[in-house]
Amino acid sequence: MIRFILSRGLRAVVTIFLVVTFAFIVLRLSGDPAMQILSVDAPPEAIAAFRNEWGLNQPIWQQFLDYLLNVLHGNFGDSMREGRPAMDIVLEHVGATLMITLPALALKIVIGIPAGIYAALHRNSLADRMTMMISVAGFTVPSFVLALVLVLIFSVHLGWLPSTGNATWKHAILPIVTLGTAGAAILARFTRSAMLEVLGQSYIRAASAKGLIWRQVVTGHALPNAAIPTVTIVGFMIGSLIAGAVVVESVFSWPGIGYLLISAVANRDLAIVQSILLLIALCMVCANLVVDLLYGWIDPRVRLRSAH
Amino acid sequence: MEPLVSIRNLTVDFDLGRRVSRALRGVDLTIGRGEAVGLVGESGCGKSITWLGILGLLGGRAKVHGEAWLDGRNLVGAPVSELERVRGKRIALIFQDPSSSLNPVHRIGRQLTEALKLHRGLSGAEAKAEALRLLDRVGIPAARQRMNDYPHQLSGGMNQRVMIAMALAGEPDLLVADEPTTALDATIQAQILDLLREIREDSNMAMVLISHDLGVVAENTDRVAVMYAGRIVEQAPNNLLFERPRHPYTRGLLNALPDLEGPREPLTAIPGSVPEPWNHPAGCAFAPRCDHAHGACHSEIPSLARRDGHHLSACLRTEEMLGHMLDDVSDREPARSYA
Repeated sequence: MIRFILSRGLRAVVTIFLVVTFAFIVLRLSGDPAMQILSVDAPPEAIAAFRNEWGLNQPIWQQFLDYLLNVLHGNFGDSMREGRPAMDIVLEHVGATLMITLPALALKIVIGIPAGIYAALHRNSLADRMTMMISVAGFTVPSFVLALVLVLIFSVHLGWLPSTGNATWKHAILPIVTLGTAGAAILARFTRSAMLEVLGQSYIRAASAKGLIWRQVVTGHALPNAAIPTVTIVGFMIGSLIAGAVVVESVFSWPGIGYLLISAVANRDLAIVQSILLLIALCMVCANLVVDLLYGWIDPRVRLRSAH
Repeated sequence: MEPLVSIRNLTVDFDLGRRVSRALRGVDLTIGRGEAVGLVGESGCGKSITWLGILGLLGGRAKVHGEAWLDGRNLVGAPVSELERVRGKRIALIFQDPSSSLNPVHRIGRQLTEALKLHRGLSGAEAKAEALRLLDRVGIPAARQRMNDYPHQLSGGMNQRVMIAMALAGEPDLLVADEPTTALDATIQAQILDLLREIREDSNMAMVLISHDLGVVAENTDRVAVMYAGRIVEQAPNNLLFERPRHPYTRGLLNALPDLEGPREPLTAIPGSVPEPWNHPAGCAFAPRCDHAHGACHSEIPSLARRDGHHLSACLRTEEMLGHMLDDVSDREPARSYA
C-alpha cells in the first residue's frame, strides 16, 4: 500500500513538473509581456526597464531555474499587472468557480447516474431511448451554445434570471445548469453502458438463478460492479472542478478561475497563468490519485494486484 | 418413479426484432425424484435453454410456451415472484464457467451466506457456521480462510465447488448442472463429478447433467435424453441407449467416439451441420444429414414414440433400423408441424 502511494506520488510530481515546464516555455516563446502590458508604443527605455525588473532579459533557462527555486519556496511570482502575489489573486477566484462547479457536480451525479441506471435497467424501452436522445443532445451541444440558448430563453424572453455577473445566487443558476447538463449527459451515458456491461455478465444470471429477487440482484451484484468504471468519470469531473468552467465563466462573465485565466493569457500576465496551470494540474493529479485509491477499495482484484 | 418435474411440449422463441427464432421445438421430459438424467447434444441444441426457460432466466426477448409442472404448478407463465421461490430453492443451477458465475467483487463467504439467508433465513454466526459446513462438504480445504477470499483467488475447480455449495444452500430437489466440468481440467472434472454423485447419494437430490460429453453422461446418470435442434430425439436408460441406440443421430454421436480397443481407425463424423433455427427443415430436423432418411422423413415430424419399455425414439424409420417390425406402433402419432 505504501509503495503504491509512493509510486503514484512520484508520478504525480513528474506530471506537475512537466506541466509547469511546458507552460513556462510556451508562455515565454509566444509573445513579449512587456509589449502587451506597456503597449507597443511605449518608449524603448521603459520596455528595457520592465524587462529588467521582471528578469525577462535573462536567458530562459536562468529564468526557469529561478522560477522553480521560488516555487519550491512557496513563491509563485507576482502579477505583472497588479504587482501582488499571483497565487493570492488566483486563490481569490477559486471560491467563485467552486460556487458554480460544485453544485454542477452534484447536479451531474444526482441526475446522470440514476438516469443511466434507469435506462440500462429498461433497455430499449421508450424511457431508455428518450434518456439517450437527451443525453446525446446534452453532450454534443457545445457549452457556449447551450449557455446562449439558456440566456435567450430565461433572461431575454422570460426575464426570470440574470445573464451575467455574480451579484446574487440567481446569477449562479444558469452557469450551474449549463455545466451540469453536459456532465449529467456524459455520466448518464457512461453509467448506462457500465450497467449494461455488468448486467450481461454470467454472475448476474447466476445470482438470479440463486433465487435473489431482481432488486437484490441489481443492488447487490450489478451496482457495485458498475461503479468501478463510473468512478473514473466522476474522478475526472472532480479533477476539473477548478478548470472545467473556463468557457461557461466567460459566457456568463462569472469572475472565477476560468475568467481570470482568459484575461491573464490575453494580457500575458505570466505568473497568473502559471499559477493557474499549476493549480489545475495539482487538482487533476490529486483527483487521479483518489480515483486510484477508490479503485482498490471497490475492486478487490486491483487491490490484491497492487499488494503483491 | 414419482415425477418431480414434468415438461410437456416446451417451446422457446427468441424475438430478434426482425424475425423470431425458435430455439426449442416442443420438448417433453420428466425427471423423477432423486433421478439423475443426462441431457446431451451439440451446443445450440437447446439443452441449457430448456432449464433457463422454465426458470424464467432467458430475459425479455425469450417467449416460453408449453408446460413445466412442479408440485402441481405450471412454472411456464407463472409470476416472477413464484419463479424466484423455485430458483435455488427447488431447482438449483450450476454453470459451465464457475469463475465468471461468481461476482468478482464479493467475498466467497458473502455470496454463500447470501444464499443461506435467502433460502433458510440464516444470518450472522449461524449463517457463517452453515457456510463453513457447506464449504467443508464440497471438499474445500481451509474453508475458514476461503470464506474471506475473492473468486479470482481460487482455481476454477474450487470455484465450481463453491457454486455447488451455493446450490446446496437451498437444499434443492433438483440440481441442473449445465456443463459443470467443461471449463475444468480432466482430473478436476472427475473430482467434481464424484462430488456430485456423493451429494446425490446423501441427499436424494435429483440431477440433470447437461453435457456434450457422452462419457461423462454415461458414468453419472441413470437415464439419457439426446437433443437435436430443439427437440429430444431419443430417451432411454443408460444401458439401453449406449448399447442399442435407435435414433440415427445418437448412433452418429456414438460412432464419432474413438474406440479405445482394437485398431486405430478414422472417426466417423456426421456429415453436414445442424440446421439454422430460421432454416429449419419441414420434416425431421435430422433428415438432411441422415443416411436412412426417405420420403416421409422430409415432411413429417416424428414424435418421441415408445417402442418397448422405456426406450423412446423420435424416428419414423426405427423399425427398419432395428431390422424388424414391431407391433405397437399405435401410440405413434404424427406431431404437429411448425413449418
